[in-house]
Amino acid sequence: MGGSLNMVGYGLAAIGPGIGVGLVFAAYINGTARQPEMQSRLQPIAFLGFALTEALAIIGIALAFVLKAKNG
Amino acid sequence: MSHTGLLNAGSLASGYTTPGPLEFFLPDFSGKHWNEDGYQVLLTKASVLLVLGAVLAFAFLRVTSRRGEIVPSKTQFMGEQAYSFIRNGIAQDIIGAKQYRRYVPLLVSLFFFILINNLFGIVPFLSFSTFSRSSFAYGLALMVWIIYNGVGIADKGFLGYLKHTTVPSGVPVWILPLLVPLEFLSNVLVRPLTLSLRLFANMFAGHLLIVLFSTGGAWLLIDATGSPVLKPAGIVAYAIGIAIGFLEVIVASLQAYVFTLLTATYIGGSLASEH
Repeated sequence: MGGSLNMVGYGLAAIGPGIGVGLVFAAYINGTARQPEMQSRLQPIAFLGFALTEALAIIGIALAFVLKAKNG
Repeated sequence: MSHTGLLNAGSLASGYTTPGPLEFFLPDFSGKHWNEDGYQVLLTKASVLLVLGAVLAFAFLRVTSRRGEIVPSKTQFMGEQAYSFIRNGIAQDIIGAKQYRRYVPLLVSLFFFILINNLFGIVPFLSFSTFSRSSFAYGLALMVWIIYNGVGIADKGFLGYLKHTTVPSGVPVWILPLLVPLEFLSNVLVRPLTLSLRLFANMFAGHLLIVLFSTGGAWLLIDATGSPVLKPAGIVAYAIGIAIGFLEVIVASLQAYVFTLLTATYIGGSLASEH
């Protein structure tokens, strides 16, 4: 069975952004639950935070395809 | 062959080839195929879909706004809802009530253009999102890069904008030699990169997942022999593939929204006055 160790590395690298995205949306849900009228103000902020955190995972998956072992 | 195997992430001993980045190199309409000698194709499905996306985005906005009535029809209501979502939800909130009006057309057309192109990925027979080819995403991000830098330079002058974008206010002077290059790196150089990579990689990964589950499911159902659990596993793989198709609808809309939101944020950041 063939495969690439890069993908295992990517799985490890995705842990950080996974936790980060979770924290962002936890804060968003928390804020909306406490103050529902703030929902429309919080939404762009939450998605902005999500996008910036997710960028790490995205760079990871790009690099997982780009970086190759010389004799793989 | 070894090159192909590497790009395709390898094949199982029993004959199933896992999909890899080569899935995205579509053949030319002339019938020639992309090859490792670097033959440049002229017109692929991806570029046709890009044009189709622009036409559909135009048609949607045109049809829904053609006959503006005081009591809106269903189509007009739909178009106006979507338009005001971008206008009020993104442009006005992020850029600011004073200057947002000029950028509404840009943001609305960006949103619909990206949304329609992303949704191509789950439309049967098209089933390819344009932005899963990175070059299209790079082009879009380059356009946004030129716009937000140009807007800032037009507003503050070249040196004024450079100062605005690289020198954060309210920090001690001794830390500036460290901060200025970092800010320049993050605000000018890395922004277009993350903007395009985010869109591209989301579409790329989604398409790859769908291809993996559908071809893998087909292989398990039809070709796999040996264990009796393989055929039920193929049905499960198909079911997961369909579920991922629904997930892709969410991802497609989310990425269109995020791209538009970030464009608005960058323009708003270029226009913001010192405080």
